[in-house]
Amino acid sequence: MTKAKNDKLVLSLVATGLGFLLGAIVIIGTGKNPFIMLNAMVFGTTGINIAKGIFNARYIGEFFIQAMPIILTGLSVGFAFRTGLFNIGAEGQVLVGGLAATIIGLGVRAPSIVHVPMIILGAMLAGALWGALPGFLKARYNVHEVVVTIMMNYIGLHLNNHIVRNIIGTTDGVKTAVFPKTAMLSSDFLAGVTNGSRLNWGIVPTVLAVFVFWFLIEKTTFGFGLRAVGFNKEGARYAGMKVERNVMTSMAIAGAFAGLAGAVMAIGTFGFGRTLPAAEGYGFDGIAVALVGGNAAFGIMLSGLLFGMLKAAAPLMQSAGIPKEIGSIIQASIVVFVAMKYGLEKLLVLMGRKSREPVEGSAV
Amino acid sequence: MAFVIEMLDIDKSFPGIRANDHVTLQVEERSIHALLGENGAGKSTLMSILFGLYQPDAGTIRVRGKDVRITDPNVANELGIGMVHQHFKLVHNFTVTENIILGLEPRKGLVVDARKAERRVEELSRLYGLNVDPRARIEDISVGMQQRVEILKMLYRDAEILIFDEPTAVLTPQEIHELMGIMRRLVGEGKTVLLITHKLKEIKEVADSCTVLRRGRLIGTVPVAETSEEKMAEMMVGREVNFHIAKAPANPGEVVLRLEGLNVRNPKGLLGVKDVSLDVRAGEILGLCGIDGNGQTELIKAITGLAPAESGRILLGGKDIARMPVKRRLDLGLGHIPEDRHRHGLILDFRLDENLVVHSYGKPPFAKYGILDFEAIRKNGERLIDEFDVRSGEGPATPTRSMSGGNQQKAIVAREIDRSPEAFVVAQPTRGLDVGAIEYIHKRIVAERDKGKAILLVSLELDEILDVSDRIAVIHAGEIVGVVDAKKTDENELGLMMSGSMRKVG
Repeated sequence: MTKAKNDKLVLSLVATGLGFLLGAIVIIGTGKNPFIMLNAMVFGTTGINIAKGIFNARYIGEFFIQAMPIILTGLSVGFAFRTGLFNIGAEGQVLVGGLAATIIGLGVRAPSIVHVPMIILGAMLAGALWGALPGFLKARYNVHEVVVTIMMNYIGLHLNNHIVRNIIGTTDGVKTAVFPKTAMLSSDFLAGVTNGSRLNWGIVPTVLAVFVFWFLIEKTTFGFGLRAVGFNKEGARYAGMKVERNVMTSMAIAGAFAGLAGAVMAIGTFGFGRTLPAAEGYGFDGIAVALVGGNAAFGIMLSGLLFGMLKAAAPLMQSAGIPKEIGSIIQASIVVFVAMKYGLEKLLVLMGRKSREPVEGSAV
Repeated sequence: MAFVIEMLDIDKSFPGIRANDHVTLQVEERSIHALLGENGAGKSTLMSILFGLYQPDAGTIRVRGKDVRITDPNVANELGIGMVHQHFKLVHNFTVTENIILGLEPRKGLVVDARKAERRVEELSRLYGLNVDPRARIEDISVGMQQRVEILKMLYRDAEILIFDEPTAVLTPQEIHELMGIMRRLVGEGKTVLLITHKLKEIKEVADSCTVLRRGRLIGTVPVAETSEEKMAEMMVGREVNFHIAKAPANPGEVVLRLEGLNVRNPKGLLGVKDVSLDVRAGEILGLCGIDGNGQTELIKAITGLAPAESGRILLGGKDIARMPVKRRLDLGLGHIPEDRHRHGLILDFRLDENLVVHSYGKPPFAKYGILDFEAIRKNGERLIDEFDVRSGEGPATPTRSMSGGNQQKAIVAREIDRSPEAFVVAQPTRGLDVGAIEYIHKRIVAERDKGKAILLVSLELDEILDVSDRIAVIHAGEIVGVVDAKKTDENELGLMMSGSMRKVG
């Protein structure tokens, strides 16, 4: 187990290194200095600008703002994957989570201590329902969850737009009225220490979610059953596990993580409900985060921070004259390198690591 | 007499394993030469080298006295070496002739000259007494016939040396007997046969000489006529082997597992099990034998809950379990060693100790309040590993995938016996295992019987059925065509029933 974990970590690190290398090469190709990229990365995460010698804590806060939702969608995708399911629907689950947060945020009057948990639980429930439906169709009728979750993304997007525009009402065609103060996760303290960034108490449920993921999957009998189904459905059925029910609950929990992301953004980052012309890509980032994080809780947190860094650095690179798409190129190439797992493993062996045990069946 | 094939001092290593360690094999022309060894002894590696699939690390190969380098199977074909694989490589919706000429089609202009090909296939079939219809479709002919098509494929390519890789695993006793006749005929017509097997009886029946391998090493080559089966088994395993398990007469009690008018559909939607009624009593082993694919799998799945029963009842201790979920059946005292250990029996990506608790992980001492106690799971693993002599590199923490087939099977047997089920469905418990492991598993099954458990043993190996069972039921085309006393029957009678040409109940 530890060896396997170790291999996964090395693989992700090597892939990340190669991704950055490729990004640097592309920058050199455009005639710029790759040091600018490095500086933007450091500046975007720590607030320290090496080139100009200044420090601004606001960037630390904004870095976490970027990382939080994709850590949560990463948990969503990763959780489903541990049960052998591809949740491509985190995007839609985020949207319905945000919609539920908007409805409860604007429609309920309650003190903060009641209002905020209500919003968070409501958003998680909405996401869970959005995930449970494809889970149910998979378990009951063997409809492939990839197809259903992709479609549910569109339904979620337009449902959100319809309700926000026509039922809740917007002030300018895009935004709803601002949520009451009791609904917000915002914190004067956190904003204060980060020089007025949007950093908020959303980090608390995010970190809790990482812990819950780890505990559920690794420590409980429930997680044992989910992992068994993920590795070998037939084997799990033979052992008397309820495969169909596990599939549904797993998708519901995955949806709840994404729904939480929707709430954290609505009542933490923005403070109002929004209509969207198209999906923002949090769900798809979640797939990348889960993949690079090896579908494990703390791996997902780390890779979420990594991709959060790329997102935070993009505008800084742009202002320094490097196309912001470099960030996307790096992110994409890291994913490709992780997906090229077997090729990379071979490469690592060739580079002189100890050869692995023979694969079963290769001999005799 | 001249050697047609000589493999001298062959060495072949794979990472972490020495598959062939200075092995020498010399085959006389026009003889049947057997290659005997347990699983993993290096037989397949040696033959793969001869057939050009692997290159040896050291050693020489001579064919008809000439040094050769067999770099790929095409070179082997040119040298007149052909192989009948264990798993046939045939296109099912093609005819016999089309399969045989595949890749070597005789042409007339731009089209295949089918007539000429058919004539040649017919000639060959007659010459070697194969009795194959060149126009039949593969999907319509029996497994035994399909094997003959494979043989014809070699003959069509002018093979002089034919390698048979475990050819009898898929055949009925009668078909095995016929295959032996075909081999002799081949030799009579000037061919040479190399027979890879771990079945001693077949060697005794047909082979002239026998080379024995053990753990990659050459143990010796003996003339079969002058060597007893016991002696060859000892050479193969390295110690004396008991072929027949010592067991007291059964002492059957109450009916524990009863099937009544059971019908089960197979994946094609047809009735794979038709109106089956059987009783399994406490303290007896009921063997179920039949040719592969005659409803055994469907029957096992219906009893254990992996597939729904169409109609009929399955009574376990008097309760109808036919419509219960798997978990409830297990809780009511059903045990199951599955046919396919990789698909059902194990979660290969789990650790060994996790696999040993897949049924019971939710109950104390392995979990409290839904939280797993990994310490208790590990201790349970250690206990079973010790008791059942499961060999694994890292003890309870061994990734199950990395274990050998025999030890994976022992782990399943350990887990199921440890649950101490009242009714025990045991399917193919020794498939692919070596003699030593087989002996051990049989002993444990009989020990369970002696504790008063009801055991249903499903196996494709007749020897296993005859040796371990107290009563034997025969299944053919989904129906029970006979139930006989194990002591009062023999292979011949069972074979006739298995092929559907005889019925006997009582």
